[in-house]
Amino acid sequence: MDFIFIAQQSFSAALGVNTIIFALAAIGLNMHFGYTGLLNFGQAGFLAVGAYSVATLVVSFNFPLWAALLAGIFNSIILALLLGLPTLRLRADYLAIVTIAAAEIIRQIARSATFNKYLGGSDGITGKFGKDFFDLNPFKDGLDTPFLRYNGNDLWVVVTGWALVFVVLFVMWLLVRSPWGRVLKAIREDEEAVRSLGKNVYLYKMQSLIIGGIVGSFAGFVYALSRQSVQPDNYGTALTFFAYTVLILGGAARVFAPIAGSIIFWFLLVFIEQMLREAVGAGYIPEWLIGVNQVGQIRFMLVGLGLMLLMIFRPQGIFGDRKELALDARA
Amino acid sequence: MPAPSQSNSRRDIALAALAGITPTPGVSKPDPIIVADNVLRKFGGLTAVNVGHLEIQRGAITALIGPNGAGKTTFFNLLTGFDQVDEGSWTFNGIKISGTPPHKVARMGMVRTFQLTKALYRLTVIDNMLLAATKQKGESILRAALPFLWNAQEKAATARSEELLTRFKLIDKRDDFAAALSGGQRKLLEMARALMVEPELVMLDEPMAGVNPALKQSLLGHIKDLREEGMTVLFVEHDMDMVRDISDWVIVMAQGEIVAEGPPNVVMRDKAVIDAYLGAHHDSTLEQDRG
Repeated sequence: MDFIFIAQQSFSAALGVNTIIFALAAIGLNMHFGYTGLLNFGQAGFLAVGAYSVATLVVSFNFPLWAALLAGIFNSIILALLLGLPTLRLRADYLAIVTIAAAEIIRQIARSATFNKYLGGSDGITGKFGKDFFDLNPFKDGLDTPFLRYNGNDLWVVVTGWALVFVVLFVMWLLVRSPWGRVLKAIREDEEAVRSLGKNVYLYKMQSLIIGGIVGSFAGFVYALSRQSVQPDNYGTALTFFAYTVLILGGAARVFAPIAGSIIFWFLLVFIEQMLREAVGAGYIPEWLIGVNQVGQIRFMLVGLGLMLLMIFRPQGIFGDRKELALDARA
Repeated sequence: MPAPSQSNSRRDIALAALAGITPTPGVSKPDPIIVADNVLRKFGGLTAVNVGHLEIQRGAITALIGPNGAGKTTFFNLLTGFDQVDEGSWTFNGIKISGTPPHKVARMGMVRTFQLTKALYRLTVIDNMLLAATKQKGESILRAALPFLWNAQEKAATARSEELLTRFKLIDKRDDFAAALSGGQRKLLEMARALMVEPELVMLDEPMAGVNPALKQSLLGHIKDLREEGMTVLFVEHDMDMVRDISDWVIVMAQGEIVAEGPPNVVMRDKAVIDAYLGAHHDSTLEQDRG
């Protein structure tokens, strides 16, 4: 078994493009769910809006990339308003239903034959829409070390992606420790009490939904640019639930949780896959037990098992406080 | 805190103002802070609240009593904007506020507490207090990420919170989660938090429910202090001893309507009240008092 290769693959994934995408998606969810208590089950919708805004506007409408990115942010704000206006006055569970449905509607529209010309139907859009971005790449040679290995384009995405993650995280950190963040946390605990103290709860929930949605669209930008393509089925409900997994793994309502959760999630996923592959290849695991083609599915089972164990023995996540978790909000 | 020599002054003013008033339902008061007219709230076929005319005297402690299901809490919810009326209107300080959303009612100086205490459990005690401070610059999303714009205000609010926590004997719990407080301490926290809003009218929904006798005395003291500081207090309560002890005026509701109002000693002898609500219990409470 080639342990150097396994380590290289695993560490590269732990700091790689997918980790960045899911960290950003989970930072947005942390604002919604962790701090404000909004059950947004449609984060994939915000990613889709970000990704498709970039791809469609550049490929079909010849927007410059920077304008397409700005339009993507604008569109995610529109989506947040559309979701929030009818539902934020209602109980939390309605928001969950509306958001999960809205994300599916967006995916179905993206893959519909009607808009095939602009959105590419079920094949999505592939093109050089990231050209403006990759033209700026100073690391054309990529990186090849025993632990980390990226090609030129990936290295550029990883470097800019992590810079983006840390800028977003810094702003989040400033926001949640401010009086504004205190109102959000109070809303999570009990809306009525916050209303009785003179705060406009609806306004704060809307602001939280918009900010978390914008961060979600950032994840969509990274998703689209890193692959130079968008495919509608990448933005299904599984994406939202992986983002929740990442968030809860790290510990909800903790600023650094999304990063830690995402790194661990992707490290485990790739590490288990590579270990199984090598073990099957070298004959340590007999072919009749696990075939090479089954490794991809089995890694998810094992990661799922690992997450179950984590939730049993450390339900508060990596950064969470078990005592705080034990305080029932309605005790 | 006011000096002991003054401690009766506001009470005397309130009692003097209410002295000559005929104790009949809907009677007008010399200086009302709230005037309500024809307030009607129905839940399906049930008329929960049907109040013809009601005035609450400024600077006094007014108790709202009545049997279970009399509509006291519903009336509270209506006045503070937490529930919508079917008909009727009311004014606060002469300004019509019926139909105003609850957060705006609170900003105008009318702050309530809840029957089931709403401490914000996974916030610390000090954060519970700071949340309630008014006109905070840092609560705007545009300024939140720029701490130098709101640090000074936050410090001032912290100082005021600590002062109130000291007065309510919660300062030792400053950095504990509110969930770690006892039921009675949560009631104290909720009252202290309401004071951070600097209200003119404090509305307490069953402040004594589930509070042990020792804490009850201190809560009573705090409520009297509110009056001495010039606030008006309206409270819902089942504890008759407390009502007799601290209220300057008592309003009795039964089946959604106001059946009597007047000074506590007068109301408690009122035939309508005894019929509607107190019945045998009234006598037994008096027994205990004599003993």
